[in-house]
Amino acid sequence: MGSVCGGGEEEARKRSTIARGMDQSRIRNFSIIAHIDHGKSTLADRILELTDTVSAREMREQLLDSMELERERGITIKAQAVRVAWKGHELNLIDTPGHVDFTYEVSRSLQACEGALLVVDAAQGIEAQTLANAYLAIEGGLEIVPVANKIDLPQADPVATAIEVADLLGDDPARVLRISAKTGAGVADVLDAIVERVPAPAGDAGAPARALVFDSAYDQYRGVVAFVRVVDGSFSVREELRTMATGTRFDAEELGFFSPTMTPVDSLGAGEVGYVVTGLKDVSRLRVGDTLTAVKRPAAQPLPGYKDVKPMVFAGLFPTESDDYPELRDALERLKLNDAALVYEPETSQALGFGFRCGFLGLLHMEIVRERLEREFDLDLLVTAPNVAYRVREKNADWVEVHNPAEFPREVEEVEEPYVKASIIVPKEYVGAVMELNNERRGTFDHLEYLSPERVHLTYELPLAEIVLDYYDQLKSRTRGYASFDYDLAGFKAGELVRVDVLVAQEPVDALSLIIHRDLAYDRGRLLVEKLREEIPRQMFDVPIQAAIGSRVIARETVKAKRKDVLAKCYGGDITRKRKLLEKQKAGKRRMKQVGAVEVPQEAFLAVLNIGQGGDGRRS
Amino acid sequence: MTPVRHLYVHLPFCAHRCGYCDFVTAVGRRDQHRAYVDALLRELERERPVLADELETVFLGGGTPTYTEPAELERLLASLPPAVEVTVEANPETVTPGLARLLRRSRVTRISVGAQTFRPELLRVLERVAGPDDVRRAVHHLRDAGFDNVSLDLVYGIPGQSASDLEADLGDALALGPEHLSCYELEAKPGTRFTHAWGAELTRQTDAMEDYFERVVTRLTGAGFRWYETANFCRVDRSGRDLRARHNLAYWLGRDYLGLGMGAVSTIENRRWRNTPRLGRYLEALAAGRAPEREVETLDAAVRSRERVMLGLRLDEPLALAGLEAAVDPDGLVRAGELGLATSTDNTVALTARGRFLGDAVTAAIVA
Repeated sequence: MGSVCGGGEEEARKRSTIARGMDQSRIRNFSIIAHIDHGKSTLADRILELTDTVSAREMREQLLDSMELERERGITIKAQAVRVAWKGHELNLIDTPGHVDFTYEVSRSLQACEGALLVVDAAQGIEAQTLANAYLAIEGGLEIVPVANKIDLPQADPVATAIEVADLLGDDPARVLRISAKTGAGVADVLDAIVERVPAPAGDAGAPARALVFDSAYDQYRGVVAFVRVVDGSFSVREELRTMATGTRFDAEELGFFSPTMTPVDSLGAGEVGYVVTGLKDVSRLRVGDTLTAVKRPAAQPLPGYKDVKPMVFAGLFPTESDDYPELRDALERLKLNDAALVYEPETSQALGFGFRCGFLGLLHMEIVRERLEREFDLDLLVTAPNVAYRVREKNADWVEVHNPAEFPREVEEVEEPYVKASIIVPKEYVGAVMELNNERRGTFDHLEYLSPERVHLTYELPLAEIVLDYYDQLKSRTRGYASFDYDLAGFKAGELVRVDVLVAQEPVDALSLIIHRDLAYDRGRLLVEKLREEIPRQMFDVPIQAAIGSRVIARETVKAKRKDVLAKCYGGDITRKRKLLEKQKAGKRRMKQVGAVEVPQEAFLAVLNIGQGGDGRRS
Repeated sequence: MTPVRHLYVHLPFCAHRCGYCDFVTAVGRRDQHRAYVDALLRELERERPVLADELETVFLGGGTPTYTEPAELERLLASLPPAVEVTVEANPETVTPGLARLLRRSRVTRISVGAQTFRPELLRVLERVAGPDDVRRAVHHLRDAGFDNVSLDLVYGIPGQSASDLEADLGDALALGPEHLSCYELEAKPGTRFTHAWGAELTRQTDAMEDYFERVVTRLTGAGFRWYETANFCRVDRSGRDLRARHNLAYWLGRDYLGLGMGAVSTIENRRWRNTPRLGRYLEALAAGRAPEREVETLDAAVRSRERVMLGLRLDEPLALAGLEAAVDPDGLVRAGELGLATSTDNTVALTARGRFLGDAVTAAIVA
């Protein structure tokens, strides 16, 4: 865990000027909002360099991205904070996750700040994700310092970018800073602007202590480390603390801040940002957004905004080799230590064997978990088509939430599905293509606005289920990669949803059941059975494949029986070879999944699951 | 030890190696035929103790046994132990009236003629030396010499072949009144020049193969032939003569057999061995009074039992299960029965017609 490491004595001395308790008026807490590749990490690196927080020799590329995976994906999963000194002020840079699935975590990080740098690539302009986070910051009352980055690029258009950004903020284009994080040009102006424009924290230093937990990490030696922003009062080391929403108690084993390595202090005061070593063994006991207070003199009210984040996207994870089930269970347990949003429970599929039904914040979160399982734990996984959470009410019964199509009742009184508010930015010539896609995906048009003469911002309401299919790939391909996309959950709405079952030789195949809008059931049902017909090898008898809603068959195909499966020639010199072929055929049968009387290779399920996932159906 | 009653003798020489052939062959080498027969006889002497004095069957296979120098062939046949059935494989163009008489006086009882097809263009694809009329002439010469047991080999799935070509071949073969027919699908081995030359067409033929197989069985059983083994058919003789290939039947019944010659395979009790497939090494060893180099495989009782089931299910007669219980999966047997692919009694099992078309898959289900 790169984010939790000790600092040398020399470094501690170097930063002694910023280690002592600071007058709140000289503290500035800020975040950087930027699209992937728009230069957030480079700017953060420059700031660390310019403030002598870290020397050029110590400089590691993209210092804030600590996990291997993040580095490769160019995204930041977990936020953390770095303290720097600038002209007699203490500046805390709070990193935010860059992706839609972590909106809640972003909002908590932003809540820990009074200001935000809005960094836009001067060669690219604003992207949907930037917009979403900028709105979050504006709604949170943060002072936005707009920055046009990459002005050193020949294709950069800082003037147009400044106008676009100023329009968005209702600000003066002249106040948009023009910098190159890469060359360092203008970075000092950015630090000055933070000091000048971002307000100092306004907490009550004398009130009972309250701190916002804006992120946490798990260290195998020290347990859960909480990243906090102290709002009121102050916290002392070894003091007993309590979380106000979940009621977890622990002793503050160590307090400190990152600069950029861990620097312990005796206390953290109002307005300050730092960390608390809790010794807790499970991140789920310390939730992001919760409020920390002291047990001895507790605060009366928690800080506002805590939400219990609930997973919205679900999928079954099965080991390709059934022997790997215990390894998968251990791996999920270990991931869960560091990822409070991940939920899972055992699932048994007759087609895929023993596995887990896992809940994720969104598709990216799912991809990250899957990649970590495969990469860090060396597991080979089968992932079923993702589905969303449904709220279902059967006749004369209460509402229940269903996470697995196989548990979806065949007769329902009412169903609700989650919707999102989708935000899409495209060059104007692709507006038609985007509208067409959204109409196909049961979208409801909301709003269209020109960000510039060339670029359009569209908002739609869409069922989340339509996005977890292949929406993003379709959007990218229909706009030749120019569209940027973001979404925010917008609650549950009633839907005409049905459960479609797939039957192979009259046996339902649980892993292939799906929940779908009634109007799309026929098309998808047909697609599924056609694909299965191609994938299931011919057997010694006809195999009917059906898609059905309840007892009503909506699509049917047949895998015709084989008419010949015997090699003609077999004499004295052929017997050993024939026997070996027979043994191979026999071994092959054992590797098949048995659906009733039908032997189905695992690959067939995979291919079908992949069409369920649309274009994103890749396999590790 | 029970004496072995079935002898196979390999004669590898050929005028030409056909593109699709994967047998152990040697082209030409007329100067070595004598040395080869010498070597065979030496190997026979070495192995003689395992053989019964009177054999049930002898089979001369190749190669092209009838391409061997006639004097050497005659010397060989004269030196082999007597047997009830002696079969010689022959290529049509080699069967002259003289050769037919030679075989007859050498106590050969059965000739297997490699016709393959009667379509000239398909014979060219197979690189066969003979033309369609050579097949007809050969059969007549054999009849003239007094042979009353002639078998024809046919091949289907030849590049360029159509279903009507196959029907015509079956008709032409039946018109010659053979006692026995063997019909094989063309098995093009990956990596051979033949496969390389006919890739896409071979794929098309593979797709047509199940149709061809059904046509073969329908046509020949319709003509009164008994489909007694997956690829073998015999006439049902009014006199009650059993026209099945008795030597091959021994393989399918899991009997022990001795094989002589380069590349020949023997199976005796718990050992199976294959002689070196290299002519020079084979001749050298025997000339020096040594056994030829052999690749030996040990067969435990369980393996032989499984082989018995595998081979026995190729036949139309029920397989007796006594002693083979451990080699059979009872669940598989029940399932094959439910699917109409096999019928079984307490102590026998046989495949149904449909089961025989799916023989390998059904066998995989039944074998433990």
